[in-house]
Amino acid sequence: MKFDWNYALDILPQLLDGLLTALIATVVGYAVALVLGLVFALARRSHQKWVSVPVGFVVEFIRGTPLLIQLFFLFFVLPQLGLALSPLAAGIVGLGLHYATYTSEVYRAGIEGVPPGQWDAAIALHLPRRRVWTSVILPQAVPRSIPALTNYSIALFKDVPQLVAITVAEPFTVGRGIIAETFRPFEPITMAGLLYLAVALVLSYIGRIVERRYKGMATA
Amino acid sequence: MSSAQLGLLLYGAWKTILLTLGGMALALVIAFPVGLARVSHNKFVRAIGFTYVELFRGAAVLVLAFWFVYALPSLGWQLDPTFAGILALGLNMGAYSGEVVRGAIQAVPPGQIEAATALNFKPSQGMRRVVLPQAVRAMIPSFGNNVIEQLKATAVVAVVSIPELTFNGQLIWSGNGRAAAVFGGLLIGYGLMALIFMTGVKLLERRVAWT
Amino acid sequence: MSFIDFTDVSKRFGDNVVLDDMSFNVANGERVTLIGPSGSGKTTILRMLMTLTKPDSGTIAIDDEYLWHERRGDDLVPASEAHTRKVRSRVTMVFQQFNLFPNMKVLRNVTEAPIHVLGKQKDEADERARELLEMVGLQDKADFYPSQLSGGQQQRVAIARALAVEPDILLLDEVTSALDPEIAAEVLDVLRDVAKTSDVTMLLVTHAMRFARDVSNRVLMFNEGKIIEDAAPEQMFNEPQHERTKAFLKSVLEEV
Repeated sequence: MKFDWNYALDILPQLLDGLLTALIATVVGYAVALVLGLVFALARRSHQKWVSVPVGFVVEFIRGTPLLIQLFFLFFVLPQLGLALSPLAAGIVGLGLHYATYTSEVYRAGIEGVPPGQWDAAIALHLPRRRVWTSVILPQAVPRSIPALTNYSIALFKDVPQLVAITVAEPFTVGRGIIAETFRPFEPITMAGLLYLAVALVLSYIGRIVERRYKGMATA
Repeated sequence: MSSAQLGLLLYGAWKTILLTLGGMALALVIAFPVGLARVSHNKFVRAIGFTYVELFRGAAVLVLAFWFVYALPSLGWQLDPTFAGILALGLNMGAYSGEVVRGAIQAVPPGQIEAATALNFKPSQGMRRVVLPQAVRAMIPSFGNNVIEQLKATAVVAVVSIPELTFNGQLIWSGNGRAAAVFGGLLIGYGLMALIFMTGVKLLERRVAWT
Repeated sequence: MSFIDFTDVSKRFGDNVVLDDMSFNVANGERVTLIGPSGSGKTTILRMLMTLTKPDSGTIAIDDEYLWHERRGDDLVPASEAHTRKVRSRVTMVFQQFNLFPNMKVLRNVTEAPIHVLGKQKDEADERARELLEMVGLQDKADFYPSQLSGGQQQRVAIARALAVEPDILLLDEVTSALDPEIAAEVLDVLRDVAKTSDVTMLLVTHAMRFARDVSNRVLMFNEGKIIEDAAPEQMFNEPQHERTKAFLKSVLEEV
């Protein structure tokens, strides 16, 4: 068979709408991951065992199990507990939560990379604990985390196709809808895949630039 | 839980293990040529390695699986579903593992290569006899992580109706409607399988550690 | 009681006994130099006073207030963080590796604590910081980042930063060990100035013996976790009593 360009052009606008939804899920989910990951990282460093131990367990568990099932859980189980999320909202929460367990490791490494002398100096100057974090430790830890954090934004985007399983209107969901009417799967599936691939390649290119820039800064 | 349900779950778990190990085996077969290509002195060979890594790291497992299962039959190729799953998992993980191979080779101190040259090894001999044996040990922990990632990744092929653990879990759920029990149980099941794989990887690591 | 009291303080790291039932005290305004071979516990003393290292046993008190303990009736119990924080608020420290905050410009390094600890207004803190920077000869570096300064300049900023918290006790931990000799000299000149113009109590660990003789009025010789000699500088450097002190002084003086 051969690729039907007219058919492909016909369905392209719908697929691009789907891609937009995928990008929204990426951006918002990533924002959730960035914030929640920092919360996880700080909670795991807490001196209160009743905070650090359970948070550590939950983080490890979420990181160790498949995102897809976590999405099912959010979308199908939470409504039974009285919390019904829209597909997109469930997808964003799922992606954000899952990737927060990765970003928390990045933050942790960044925090541990701050030399111990910085903590010593903060104590010698009697800075309050909160101030030590906000003005000494995090301003040093976060910049050095940026390259690794950028890479997780790419990884997160590559997991967005899984939202098809909870009916978020991303390209594959859109494609399936088209196939249900036309019974011609080749073009929609190929194009949905190519759209994802193209964005992933662009993001990966941007990621390399960010990495290079920050490496330059770190050695300057 | 009925015995039919239990059978479905056990069969699914078996398929999941098969997908994990099959995908990882394919990944390793791909990883070495790709990783070596990435450090080649030949620009053209390097470009091939780079292209493979970019392309198949960019193409998510689910994207590949969708294409193999739903688009490829239009071209007259009907793959066995499990095989299609292993192909999608392995091609993708092969790109990541290729980067592991590259990183490990590049982490071998340059002095080792210089020493090999000083002993009049040909470059290919130096790679095979000096660099690779050291690099392979350095790869083991990363490959171990990749196995766990591969296990997690297998779940996504449920979306294209490959009957592994997650898919069979969904079947049970559509029968009994008990979402919390089924998906909670699946999460715990994957957690346990991850734990088992992790223990296996640790044991392997210890066996190959420097003595 | 004296101003600073160490009573039966012990500390070990693994099998290594760093301090062995050590007792000594320091009067208000005294300048005390701690000398001795490396690993003899001098730096540990300073770090304990700064609450960076915890003693295994014994007590440390500043002006009659325990640093690591609290009185509860007749008993001593481990101190709450608030208590330790309050007692140590009179102490500050200058480090061998400077430990300036690399993410802040020089001026903010100096004003950060006055604003957020002493509760000063920003204008007031800025003005005081500029005075201190002038004192250490770096008034024109206020808007530089630490990484743009030489090691000697960084250490002088660190001294200004320490003085800005208005300490009663200043701890100087090998502040010139990471510096070339000529550059060390400019740092030591600044510290001589500080010693002359203020009445802050100083404890210093240093290998710069000339400097120790100039600024201190008392020298403690450490060896294997104990103080083996305690004398005025003239006595210590001219007529050391203990064999170990003689050998140690001979080795460091030959080095220079």
